[in-house]
Amino acid sequence: MNFKRLTTQLSAHDPRLYQIASLSTLLLYGLGWLRFDVSLIQIAITIGTALLTQHAGTRFCNLPAFDPKSPLISALSLCLLLRTDHLAVAALASFVAISSKFVIRWKNKHVFNPTNLALVVMIGSGLGWISPGQWGQVAWFGFLVACLGSLVVTRAARADVTLAFLTFYVGLLFARAFWLGDPLTIPLHQIESGALLIFAFFMISDPKTTPDSRAGRMVFALIVALAAIYVQFGFFRPNGPLWGLIVCAPFVPLIDRLLPAVRYDWSRTTTGQPSVPVPLALSLHPQRRFS
Amino acid sequence: MRRIVVPLLTMLIGLFVWSGEAVAFCGFYVGKADTKLFNKASEVAIARHDNKTVITMANDFKGDVKEFAMVVPVPTVLEKEQIHIGDPAVLKHLADYSAPRLVEYFDENPCRRDDMLQDRMGAMKSMAPAAAEAKRERDQVLGVTVEAQYLVGEYDILILSAKESAGLETWLTENGYKIPNGASAVLHSYLKQNLKFFVAKVNLGEQAKLGLTHLRPLQIAFESPKFMLPIRLGTVNADGAQELFIYFLTKQGRVETTNYRTVRLPEAQEIPLYVKDKFGDFYRDLFTQQVKRESERGVFLEYAWDMNWCDPCAANPLSAEELRGLGVFWQDSLGGPQRGRSMPMAQSVFLTRLHVRYDAAHFPEDLMFQETSDRSNFQARYILRHPWTGTDECAAATAYRQQLRERYEREAQTLATLTGWNIGEIRKMMNIAAVPTVEGKKWYQQLWAN
Repeated sequence: MNFKRLTTQLSAHDPRLYQIASLSTLLLYGLGWLRFDVSLIQIAITIGTALLTQHAGTRFCNLPAFDPKSPLISALSLCLLLRTDHLAVAALASFVAISSKFVIRWKNKHVFNPTNLALVVMIGSGLGWISPGQWGQVAWFGFLVACLGSLVVTRAARADVTLAFLTFYVGLLFARAFWLGDPLTIPLHQIESGALLIFAFFMISDPKTTPDSRAGRMVFALIVALAAIYVQFGFFRPNGPLWGLIVCAPFVPLIDRLLPAVRYDWSRTTTGQPSVPVPLALSLHPQRRFS
Repeated sequence: MRRIVVPLLTMLIGLFVWSGEAVAFCGFYVGKADTKLFNKASEVAIARHDNKTVITMANDFKGDVKEFAMVVPVPTVLEKEQIHIGDPAVLKHLADYSAPRLVEYFDENPCRRDDMLQDRMGAMKSMAPAAAEAKRERDQVLGVTVEAQYLVGEYDILILSAKESAGLETWLTENGYKIPNGASAVLHSYLKQNLKFFVAKVNLGEQAKLGLTHLRPLQIAFESPKFMLPIRLGTVNADGAQELFIYFLTKQGRVETTNYRTVRLPEAQEIPLYVKDKFGDFYRDLFTQQVKRESERGVFLEYAWDMNWCDPCAANPLSAEELRGLGVFWQDSLGGPQRGRSMPMAQSVFLTRLHVRYDAAHFPEDLMFQETSDRSNFQARYILRHPWTGTDECAAATAYRQQLRERYEREAQTLATLTGWNIGEIRKMMNIAAVPTVEGKKWYQQLWAN
């Protein structure tokens, strides 16, 4: 009973607060125990640039209020994943991430997940890299528990897309191992990546860049998982999910058109289904939300 | 608002302009740790650029060469020209060049330190470098196709493809290759992934003709997007962990594993002077400690440096020819006209040295790599600091002598932590007890210096 009351109280808060807390904890653990190749100054610059860009964007687009939560999540994810020799690249990545939200838009929804886009631009241009193998079992397992826990506690809006993606992706890895006759330790080892968790819980789940309807999100999760597997085992490139998401993101408007539903708003915590029937025409009105 | 934005923007612009300055290491090179310190060690050099890959493989095979056989999964059927015999001396040179190293410093007279500080920093410079029918039928029954067969140097080489792993295993066994039990599952997996098998045995006649007593490294060149090293076959029947050194020669920057943790070894640590005579033991034990620290799942970075220079150099830099021998194909040919530069230096080659101790339990998957754009330098370097033993007297000298004992204790602790050696033994070896303690003036006596 108490637990239920507690979760009810907690879920009244913006789920992004929990995301910020778990990403910050993971970053501290990475710095202190895993010797991540990221300096404090790089962290400060990444976060500073993200907030500054969000602030500028808020003013430029005449948004009602500056909300630091979303840029903070993007910046923390960048700190956890992006590695570079140059502080300027860290700043640039942050700038690309946040500004993309204001610039690359389709029907009042940004197309790419900010962190995802910035990472792909930085890796593609050779300015930075991601070290997907740097996590170790303890950090990975701890982080997995924290992420799953936060889904329960916050009744996160887009838990469905996270769980669907993980099911498809992990399922495909196991299917491949089964086909090759590999021991199960191999697919288990392959999913042991912090980058995969950040991707599943913080990037693909971004309500602003996923299809509006649940059926649409299932379809989306499946095509991203297929693309991710193909990048990994067809092109033999690391970071499959990141490339998968960037390639599939432009299909979201199409999925939304085929399977329409109500647009998500951070200030309401819902399961993605409208609690009160809202006329579909709402999505035709310009809604200026950029967070 | 503007008050916040302007300084922030200034700082950001400053960052774009700012560039880190390479700080030269001071100190004199005194020793290195040989790869021969480790048992069952294999060495692999991989030169790679734009999917074009040259792999040089060497191992410390000590038994009868008749027993020697190597089975390596490769992505393509190799032509004869794609197989080559490497020069063991070049590989040795590369190993020496990138080995963990010991350097020493000499403390100066503390009374003159301030005067000399400027001179010293100015003086330090980086060192620049520089049967036939029946047999065929049997093959068909087993589903094994001999795609190609070559004699390269002292090696008989076969490129095999197969329909199924059991047939391949039987074929290899019937043809005199010792395949460990349980290899079948791994062979099966590789076959499904469309890999071919590169199989090498020593041709005794050729070996005698060439007058060789040792096995030379084998080299293969191929083009494939797969940037990996198959280690699973090696773990099938290995008794205990195996040691592997991998040297990457790339154009862009440092190489790391994408499916295991790549960890930098502790470096630039000050250790007691007596380690000079047992640096090999020190390094071996340090490595074992680090392996334990990473729960036996880590891949360790020992060296990452642009091959244009080294500081200190553990061996002379490799010549452009030597690098070419190892597969660096992207450098300008030496035979061609030299463009302005008189010294044929190793340009645009970045060397990464990884060291891994692996077994099946902790390394279930093959090693996968990626080349990063990281060009920051790293070397496993350990420091001996000789104390100043002069007799000058001044306030600075007194303070210097007082902190000496503390420093020795710190070095002892560092050594114990790094290697897991007994701290009591270390103190005894260092003879810390005999270090004179400058009988303590009270803190307030020191406060006013008299």
